[in-house]
Amino acid sequence: MNRRRNITGGILVGASAFSAISIIAIIVVILVIVVIGAKDTLSWEFITAFPENGMTEGGIFPAIYGTALMVIIMSVAAVPFGTITALYLTEYASEKSVIAQTIRFAVRTLATVPAIIFGLFGLGFFIKFVGGGMDSFFLGGELKWAQPNILWASLTMSLLTLPVVIVSVEEAIRTVPRELREASLALGATKWQTIKKIVIPGSLSGIMTGTILAISRGAGEVAPILFTGAAYYLATLPTSLSDQFMNLGYHIYIMSTQSADVDGTMSIQYATTLVLLLLTFLLNFVAIIIRARIRRRVKA
Amino acid sequence: MKDTKIVTKKLSFYYGEKMALNSVSVEMPEKQVTAFIGPSGCGKSTFLRTLNRMNDLIPNVKIEGEVLIDDLNIYDKKVDVVNLRKKIGMVFQKSNPFAKSIFENIAYGPKINGISDKKMLEEIVVTSLQRTAIWDEVKDRMNHSALGLSGGQQQRLCIARTLAVNPEIILMDEPASALDPISTAKIEELIFELKKNFTIVIVTHNMQQAARVSDLTAFFYLGELIEFGKTRKIFTTPDKKQTEDYITGRFG
Repeated sequence: MNRRRNITGGILVGASAFSAISIIAIIVVILVIVVIGAKDTLSWEFITAFPENGMTEGGIFPAIYGTALMVIIMSVAAVPFGTITALYLTEYASEKSVIAQTIRFAVRTLATVPAIIFGLFGLGFFIKFVGGGMDSFFLGGELKWAQPNILWASLTMSLLTLPVVIVSVEEAIRTVPRELREASLALGATKWQTIKKIVIPGSLSGIMTGTILAISRGAGEVAPILFTGAAYYLATLPTSLSDQFMNLGYHIYIMSTQSADVDGTMSIQYATTLVLLLLTFLLNFVAIIIRARIRRRVKA
Repeated sequence: MKDTKIVTKKLSFYYGEKMALNSVSVEMPEKQVTAFIGPSGCGKSTFLRTLNRMNDLIPNVKIEGEVLIDDLNIYDKKVDVVNLRKKIGMVFQKSNPFAKSIFENIAYGPKINGISDKKMLEEIVVTSLQRTAIWDEVKDRMNHSALGLSGGQQQRLCIARTLAVNPEIILMDEPASALDPISTAKIEELIFELKKNFTIVIVTHNMQQAARVSDLTAFFYLGELIEFGKTRKIFTTPDKKQTEDYITGRFG
């Protein structure tokens, strides 16, 4: 009996160790392959220069710039919107109300919608409907907003990352102890004052986490921006919200499928991939530092 | 006999279907300490929380009867709960300072009440901390986090925070139950001091505490007010046998 239990235990330990090591191994293998493939191309110049010669040479600066700008605009849209939704769900809607349940269901559903559907939605809603409406209303039909641009792409991406923000902010809000809300209310604070001064400051690290996760997700997704704003190649950087932009993920996609010389630009593809990975890590890292600082400030 | 401050008339309270208070009527005098005692689940905390409408926050509750404070029914539709709570401070079982500095904790109440003058705020903070006899312990670290204080200090800070909005009544929900004997003694001394200016209602598990600090005692059992009267009488010659059994430790 005892022996059998030991064997079962041993198998379980072995299996979990194997899974854990496999996961690490997969990451290491990916990184090693990417680094080896990229090492001859990745340089300071590659990061800071424009593509040249039909994108078979040169750098990827516009794609880095475009990706960063896109995630920033995306966060500006998704984080406040998601935070307000989470506040509504946790603070105002009663747990069992039809509205709250409907919103929760919608958020869950939104999280499972394939990314390409967001892309199509962005095309139909933002570009055709909103953009088209803006053009005919403000510009008398002149074509400006009814075409792909960085604003529509970022907003489309923000829809995709919204569930991530909502869920993590909601969790953070729930960790603010009831005792603190009660203390505030007992001092004669209104509900809104309590939310503003106690609940939101208490959930800042959760809001940060939500932003981190949204950014990591948004920086890597390609499908939502496929029809809504990403460009194959641009000679200039986007300077207005109505400009198109280049994007790292999209760049990898087109370089490996539509390039004039797919095999010849292999090392550019690897290097772009590595940059995308590093950029994601860097953004995460910065957000983690901000988060740690907020934590320390709250504690101090 | 002092003037009556808080009156409840046939106050009943339900959590969903479950009755937590059954037709409780009491009159609590001004600038005295009234203690609620009774075994766990007897409704004493629920009763305390009806007095500043803290129970409003819980879904699916129902309240019947009246709570009059200064002859005004606080459950009247015209009553502004926010203003009501400014008048009635509350100290909780577990000390609950905000994750802010000592200064900001005390200044929180005055600030939400619209006081922004720095000098005025400072004065309120200092006075409040002095009144709770914690000033000497914290005056050198006003900008440090309140979470760095000991449990007993935190609780006195929370009382100071309550005083800062200048209430008339202070409700205390087992304020010393999580504290060591020395901190408890300090809180009790404080209650003694505070009743000169405030009407105090305190819920306590500790019968010696009730006997020491209160002028009047109410004994609750299973949601009913069994006996209410002068503390000395309740603890020496109670009218009801149940009260006597509880006080002498035969049950509860």
